[in-house]
Amino acid sequence: MSELVLMKNFAHPDSTRIAHYEKNGGYQGLKKALKDFSPDQVIDYIKTSNLRGRGGAGFPTGVKWSFVPKNSGKPHYLCCNADEGEPGTFKDRLFMERDPHRVIEGMIIAAYAIGAKISYFYIRGEYGLSIEKVEQAIAEAYDKGYLGQNISGSDFSHDMYVHIGAGAYICGEETALLESIEGRRGQPKLKPPFPAVAGLYECPTVINNVETFACVSHIFYRGVEWFTSIGPEDAPGPRLFGLSGQLKKPGVYELPMGISLGELVHDYGGGPLKGKFKAVIPGGVSAPMIPLKGFDVKMNFADLAAADSMLGSAAVIALDETASIPAVARRINEFFSHESCGKCAPCREGLPWGSKILNRIESGQGLPGDPQQLEVICGSVFDHSFCALGVGAAWALRATLKHFRHEYDALITQKTIPVCDRTSA
Amino acid sequence: MTTKITRQSIVKDLSESIAEIVKRYPKRRSAIMPALYLAQEKYGYIDETTYQAISQILDVPEIWVFELASFYTLYNRKEIGKYHLQLCTNVPCMLRGAYDLMEHLQTRLGIKKGETSTDGRFTLTEVECIGSCDVAPAMMINQSYHNNLSKEQLDKILDGLSQAENVL
Repeated sequence: MSELVLMKNFAHPDSTRIAHYEKNGGYQGLKKALKDFSPDQVIDYIKTSNLRGRGGAGFPTGVKWSFVPKNSGKPHYLCCNADEGEPGTFKDRLFMERDPHRVIEGMIIAAYAIGAKISYFYIRGEYGLSIEKVEQAIAEAYDKGYLGQNISGSDFSHDMYVHIGAGAYICGEETALLESIEGRRGQPKLKPPFPAVAGLYECPTVINNVETFACVSHIFYRGVEWFTSIGPEDAPGPRLFGLSGQLKKPGVYELPMGISLGELVHDYGGGPLKGKFKAVIPGGVSAPMIPLKGFDVKMNFADLAAADSMLGSAAVIALDETASIPAVARRINEFFSHESCGKCAPCREGLPWGSKILNRIESGQGLPGDPQQLEVICGSVFDHSFCALGVGAAWALRATLKHFRHEYDALITQKTIPVCDRTSA
Repeated sequence: MTTKITRQSIVKDLSESIAEIVKRYPKRRSAIMPALYLAQEKYGYIDETTYQAISQILDVPEIWVFELASFYTLYNRKEIGKYHLQLCTNVPCMLRGAYDLMEHLQTRLGIKKGETSTDGRFTLTEVECIGSCDVAPAMMINQSYHNNLSKEQLDKILDGLSQAENVL
């Protein structure tokens, strides 16, 4: 794919300003949607594009929108999930800091499709610059009549507000995010009912990721044919891959899905910092790591699922041969343990237990039965956690035990402290 | 010069801006998080007096305020240093030497992570991913990002902060 689309605007000094955005086709897609499409036709158009959510789960966006009831008699709400916090992920920050109108335009199109009069842009509190740019862009959009009453002369009206998160990773889970907007602790709720039926304030609600909304804008401006011509049929469209960890050229790369993992980390990532790669975490730390022998896997939803991992947020973290897998596993487990919301016992109690064992192994105090004990904990947390946080934590830890058991055993029998633990790469 | 912060003074300071925020939501409870941020911005941290004032302004139970203040980690429930050093040690930063940096900061500042220096200038916090993974290791000082850090760069940044203060 030679032409960059998602990132095209990122480098321009005025990329965040509405004048620059409009000059380059901005808000044309919205005008087209309002003028030529009924709300149902917008949903059908996005269904035809086969756009799949860019947040983590990869659910088809148009299908999600179609779950919103037509005559619910209640207000409908739209939310943008900008609570980006999955370690390794930094793409949404780029959209908000460098192309916020693209996201806002996609949100207004989506709001029109589902009949939402109000939307909330939920941005994590750490992202000060993102908040500033998005708030500025919203104000500009009001000034130009893309938000407020009778948008672009249509009979559609819409208001948009920023809601700032406050440091809870769990609020990236959609029902926890809604709880947070309602002014509660971010604890996931039982599904069903799904948010499309009973979401924010018990009203029909759609939640999509930042990059998903940016794709919606592009699809309406460039057409569905453009979108579906990129990448595999079941996962079309461009995608931002965030490369980090122990490779020579970390950064963000716009590529079609379906590229092989090996090609991604070698040809784009520039290869390992030292020696050979040991493994790659393909979709944020919830995604089980893939050892070097699995690098042929294609970076799309289906192939990564078949490899017992996931594309997640397309946050690719590379580990070279200096990395200690038990140390990385310990850090990942501590993260999830810290971010557990405390609602369900398997996650709240199981993850700290795992951390205790992993810390013991790492410091040369591991016991012979520790890997088996970790397996047992993983099983309980994976099978019984209330939401995907616990499931992801257990899934990620299990993969390290499956592929790198010898590293755990070496630490336990030789009582050595791993090389990469406390030293730089 | 410090005047005592009381429930009444907070109510007086914040009522108007909180009333604006309430308009964005169909229910007042939703305004608690933004109200806590407003208070933190103004006073540096939040405590029981803040919860009582917000509870009074929004006419919601105080426990609703406290349960958010205690759940969400970006609310400071005690006074923090003038410079809040927030070093990420999550996997992408860890793989690029973040633990070395943490040790270096602890030694240089003479405090452990989670603590504030006795002169009240620095608070050192170990944080989870701050979305700077491609330019790791990364740290935030208050709201500003510092990327691709080394020990030498950390020293330069901290020296710079001290010099800026001496000039003043």
